[in-house]
Amino acid sequence: MTFLELTGVQKQFGETYAVRDFNLSAERGEFVSFLGPSGCGKTTTLRMIAGFEQPTAGTITVNGEDITYRPPNRRNVGMVFQSYALFPNMTVAGNIGFGMKVRKRPSNEIKKRVGELLELINLPDRGDRYPYQLSGGQQQRVALARALAIEPQVLLLDEPLSALDAKIRVALRKEIRSIQRQLGITTVYVTHDQEEALSLSDRVVVMSEGRIEQIGPPPDIYNFPATPFVASFVGTLNLLAAQIVDGPGGRLTLDGQEIRSAKPVATGTRNVTVALRPESVELGEAGGSNRLTGQVEDVSFLGSIVRTRVRLGEGATVSLDTFNDPGLAAATIGETVTVSFPPEAALVLAGQASTEDAIEQAIAEK
Amino acid sequence: MTTQGPGPIAVAKTMEGLTAPRGAAGRRRRGSLVWWLVFLAGVLYFFVPLYATLLFSLRAQPAFAAYSNVLNDAQFAGSLLYSAIIAVLTIITSIAIIVPTAYWVRLRLPRLRPIVEFVTLLPFVIPPVILVFGLIRTYSGDPFPLTYSDLGSDALLVSAYVVLSFPYMYRAVDSGLRAIDVRTLTEAAQSMGAGWFTILWRVIFPNLRVSLLSGAFLTFAIVIGEFTIATFLARPAFGPYLSLLGQNKAYEPAAVSLISFGLTWIAMGMIQLIGRAAPGRVQVGGAR
Repeated sequence: MTFLELTGVQKQFGETYAVRDFNLSAERGEFVSFLGPSGCGKTTTLRMIAGFEQPTAGTITVNGEDITYRPPNRRNVGMVFQSYALFPNMTVAGNIGFGMKVRKRPSNEIKKRVGELLELINLPDRGDRYPYQLSGGQQQRVALARALAIEPQVLLLDEPLSALDAKIRVALRKEIRSIQRQLGITTVYVTHDQEEALSLSDRVVVMSEGRIEQIGPPPDIYNFPATPFVASFVGTLNLLAAQIVDGPGGRLTLDGQEIRSAKPVATGTRNVTVALRPESVELGEAGGSNRLTGQVEDVSFLGSIVRTRVRLGEGATVSLDTFNDPGLAAATIGETVTVSFPPEAALVLAGQASTEDAIEQAIAEK
Repeated sequence: MTTQGPGPIAVAKTMEGLTAPRGAAGRRRRGSLVWWLVFLAGVLYFFVPLYATLLFSLRAQPAFAAYSNVLNDAQFAGSLLYSAIIAVLTIITSIAIIVPTAYWVRLRLPRLRPIVEFVTLLPFVIPPVILVFGLIRTYSGDPFPLTYSDLGSDALLVSAYVVLSFPYMYRAVDSGLRAIDVRTLTEAAQSMGAGWFTILWRVIFPNLRVSLLSGAFLTFAIVIGEFTIATFLARPAFGPYLSLLGQNKAYEPAAVSLISFGLTWIAMGMIQLIGRAAPGRVQVGGAR
């Protein structure tokens, strides 16, 4: 049964549309992420659910009740902000208990609930600390507990992990998800980080320029992007300049090194662009018959995946993903390596192609 | 002049020194020497007049007679108490007007900010004598015959002082609001069910404690020493008392100056102490 429903929601600021025709039905207990670049309208939509912005058109209902024009303090919607927004003048316990105090709950009930929530966020002995005495991660956990204290119908999280460093980000996002599952609370999560959205959500709403591009479970979003935008925003593409050596034979030179494509290349120009998905490129020679050598420029650890960026001789860079294997040492920066990929993975585009061109052709060829 | 003497000479000497550099260490030493001289000049500029006032006030015989005369004068205590009460009323009224205004301007009407800032600066431009004449003309007859009663005149006095306090109070509150993320804190409180009064009272006020204190003490200092408005409204305030004393006595005005100076210092010390103890002096948000 639909619990949170947005129907035809629209938000205009003067002449510009921040959000257009937004429709979403979320089940009770569902975890939905809004994913998109900055300015795509995801935060505006979240703020309309919270009541901080009013839609220009459309309705928002929670559990069948229309809350479109209800003031934020009468919505029973919990919110976690990017900047934590803890009250600096109150202790951790004071912050968590604030909503209950506003609701005039008896003090022993507040104390009990605050204690339970401190246990839930693993900070049982920090109730009498002030926010500035906590680390960023701890502050955000307190902010989460504070939002949960009022037993909200819907929990909204606005890029809650953006201000934290990577390691804490990964740990905390697991914690958020497990608490959300435990409490079965309907949650909307705003992020521009595709990995965060894909790893956390039951469903992802990809947005661009105020519109929904696609709504679906994370595997669908990644594997079957509905629009060029989704394909380019979710996942990474390598775009490399190359020249045709033998069109019908599919032979090209890339960075002075020869590669082959699975299909004959028939373009009017000699200069072409080769598009490669990072997961189809391997470190070493086992990935396929196309091999390129270069120097490791950057290695980023993304949890289960390690993303390596290799700079080829003439300045082009190739990003590739490998599974994290504790038994294997990751490449070191500056090391000379060979990367390989099968001819099928190389998508050849005419001229200086942009990411969007590459995607459109990839979708057309599917 | 004696207090200002060393400054320019020292600066001129260093200028000579700088044109013929003799190694970085030497330059650094000379540089810090110049700063010490400037600092010393400042200290002298500040303390020599005070010391002279003290010496002058002690000339009255027997020793400390000026101080005992002042402290035993019922008018001294009476006018000081009157001004202190007026100051407290002024501070309360000023905070009650300025805090919600500055908060709302910051939250919802940021475009009005330059206008509000300009308006709060008007007391610097318009002399108090104009203000008090305006008040007297407006409130000396129907429908608001306030100047005919003491209470009415007190109300006018407080109102005028509230206007005088605007530049200090608004600036203090505004910089305090700048230091906290007003919008997000407001939204956080709203999402937990708080209404406007609760937000102002429980979230905004406590976080402005230090700013409000500094605004309040500045206002206090202005009200205690104010002369023009109190005189024209014929109120028994400390400013007119001080002026009257200056016209009739020799040593006592010096003693009173030092006493009120001491009170001001105590007030400043209190700002420092309370400010240091406040738990609200922390960053809001951002990675640590």
